[in-house]
Amino acid sequence: MPLLTMSEITKSFPGVRALDGVDLDVAEGEVHCLLGQNGAGKSTLIKVLSGAHQPDAGRLTWRDRPVRLPTPVSAMRLGIATIYQELDLVEHVSVAENIFLGHEIATRGIVRPREARARAAALLARLGHPEIDPAATVGSLSAAGAQIVSMARALSHDARLIIMDEPSAALDPDEVGNLFRIVESLTADGVSVVYISHRLEEIRRIGDRVSVLKDGRVVARDLPARTTPTDELVARMTGRDVRHVFPDRPGRPPRSEPVLRVEGLAREGEFAPVDLELRPGEIVGLAGLVGSGRSEILETLYGARRPTAGRVLVDGRPLRPGSIPAAVRAGIGLAPEERKSQALLMLESVTRNVTVSCLPRFSRGGWLDRARERAAAHRHTRDLALSPDDPERPVRTFSGGNQQKAVLARWLLRGCRVLLLDEPTRGVDAGARAELYAVVRRLADEGVCVLLVSSELPEVLGLADRVLVLREGRVVHEAPARELDEHRVLDLVMEGSPA
Amino acid sequence: MNAPANVASNSAPPHPAHGKPRSRRFPLDVRQLSLVGVLIALAVVGTLTKPDEFLAAENLRLILTQASVIGVVTVGVTFVIIGGGIDLSVGAVVALASVWATTVATQDFGLGGMLLCSVLVGLGCGLVNGLLIAYGPMVPFIATLAMLAAARGLALQISDGKTQVVTVDAVLDLGVQDSYVLGVPPIVLVFALVCVIGWLLLNRTTFGRRTVAVGGNPEASRLAGIAVKRQRLLLYLLSGLCCGIAAFLLIILTGSGQNTNGNLYELDAIAAAIIGGTLLSGGRGTILGSVLGVLVFTTITNLFALNNLQTDIQQIAKGAIIVAAVLVQKGRSTT
Repeated sequence: MPLLTMSEITKSFPGVRALDGVDLDVAEGEVHCLLGQNGAGKSTLIKVLSGAHQPDAGRLTWRDRPVRLPTPVSAMRLGIATIYQELDLVEHVSVAENIFLGHEIATRGIVRPREARARAAALLARLGHPEIDPAATVGSLSAAGAQIVSMARALSHDARLIIMDEPSAALDPDEVGNLFRIVESLTADGVSVVYISHRLEEIRRIGDRVSVLKDGRVVARDLPARTTPTDELVARMTGRDVRHVFPDRPGRPPRSEPVLRVEGLAREGEFAPVDLELRPGEIVGLAGLVGSGRSEILETLYGARRPTAGRVLVDGRPLRPGSIPAAVRAGIGLAPEERKSQALLMLESVTRNVTVSCLPRFSRGGWLDRARERAAAHRHTRDLALSPDDPERPVRTFSGGNQQKAVLARWLLRGCRVLLLDEPTRGVDAGARAELYAVVRRLADEGVCVLLVSSELPEVLGLADRVLVLREGRVVHEAPARELDEHRVLDLVMEGSPA
Repeated sequence: MNAPANVASNSAPPHPAHGKPRSRRFPLDVRQLSLVGVLIALAVVGTLTKPDEFLAAENLRLILTQASVIGVVTVGVTFVIIGGGIDLSVGAVVALASVWATTVATQDFGLGGMLLCSVLVGLGCGLVNGLLIAYGPMVPFIATLAMLAAARGLALQISDGKTQVVTVDAVLDLGVQDSYVLGVPPIVLVFALVCVIGWLLLNRTTFGRRTVAVGGNPEASRLAGIAVKRQRLLLYLLSGLCCGIAAFLLIILTGSGQNTNGNLYELDAIAAAIIGGTLLSGGRGTILGSVLGVLVFTTITNLFALNNLQTDIQQIAKGAIIVAAVLVQKGRSTT
């Protein structure tokens, strides 16, 4: 009898069908591994299981009884605990208080700190970490320590099912060993674990069954974790899909002088020295997992982070390090990863979002010529086929793809020559993606050079001319995109970890 | 859903039609209209309870004059709040500027010297606030709270707690009836001018546009290449400048300078801005809304004075209006 069964779970967001009829079951005491590329629907699935999202359709069964999980608390009551990738602990508060946050040990509202500490100590000991002091603040612990506290919290709820989202991402190799021991002792007690990781070797070591998620569907189930060959797993995760229709590459390789040169650029603890050249008309992709240093390289290049070594040159002239205005003046533009929080003024119109980077152009002595401002913004939004074609509407009323066009228009208006794109199609639906790809390729054809970061490998391989593969802050491979395929890149970014 | 790889394609997905196009907007939005409604209601109450006195030119002039000092301060505070900050020091800065500009030594320089002194003290306090917040490690609440305490203390020290009477005739003349332009006191004219300049600054200049951007999304503004720190510094300078001007108006109005001037102006100014529709979290607000907010509060004060009601009830009414105004906005702005 399975502990939990999900059948035909569907969940849509505006423009995206994140889960498209997912069937999944978890048996008691097993480690069920979930594999899938970014955007495959893993996070949404976790959120449905933890009560954070409500499915649009489908059924959940817990010990043969149909259940609903309207809130995270109801999931916890049932015995489902989730350990998120971003640990959700309160830093300034003690370990014991964090563990019992929300279900404090108390009599008529008066907490009993001594008992809380004693029970916290027992839980920590059960997890093999009796040395963590329940009275210490969580902020004083290492990443591994914080993770143990998260797990202790899960256990404090008498969880029967623990969902672990990339639990090893923040851990050192020997700490990962301890994590595995904990998982083994939990399953020995009959607790089930849904384990999500990009690291195939981990799945081999502790997994029982593997399910593969792709485009919101389970494309493979009941694969034995220990014996399924890497090739097969990778093949299930990849493969053609409708979202990726790429424009043709121009035949000739660009020959002109590089516009952007990066020499030994590095940030300690984030990425090792990188060398890079971008020529007009070229799209270069950075491939790698989250945390491999992709976004960090982009942001450092842009001056949003200060490099610890190396420099960035545009047309042979070095940029002042750590200065965004210097980068922007030199003709670099960034379309950041988090569009809403890092790029857009959500309350403002598209026009105002487009012109915000070059207001002085439309002003004399600080006085804005609004007619000219509007005309210039409209020219670029029409050029990018903003839809609906009404740039005076607030940007928040547009779809993700059209919001991204507003960001691109901002830099085109500025006359930008180097475009840094961080996850340009996140939250953009299928049809609009192809359109964005075509826009990016056309900009390149017009002489802009593009540096592209994406979690979606097909996007990097399909759109870029040249690809740099990153693993743990290092460039491990560089090749023309047409000489690479998803298998090869996935092998490069996944297999060897941790180095 | 497989769109052709063609840039000019019209195949982008259809849109949920949120809201109407805003290209031609009516100059007043809902929250401002509701404030105008409140003002009208207050006027009706005033006319009914004191038919002879409320609508008299003398009383309307009084309301506007009383609104002027706090109004100028509110314009500055509105900018700071739209820019994502807060300025708690305005009342204390008004006190300090009014005291400094009325010392015997300053009065020797006449009207020009006093005005210059008042403005410079305001700018100086704004500069300190701005540097601490934009380039230093302090959050606006704490930095301006510290300035509140320090400026009050300095004002007390300079004046020794005494009322400093103005003896410069040129300054005193600005407060008497002879100086009225078409029946409007110069103080009110200055207030009107500050409002107009404030409106233009917010709606027609790069400075205003950047203020909205920095307040609405500082990270996006930084990544768009805006000098966020400089913008923040300028905002506190602007607030300080408004305090300096307001202090000088207060000197004209009272013919003196005292360390107790501007008491609780910070709360009145913030309250006026908020009921005028300025988001406390920044990124949205209007000068017109703030001015209406000031007028509502001043008219209430006037009504209570005319009817000889206690100030405690007046305070309760103020509180109720703040709550009601925010409720109206929350109900309307969830688009």
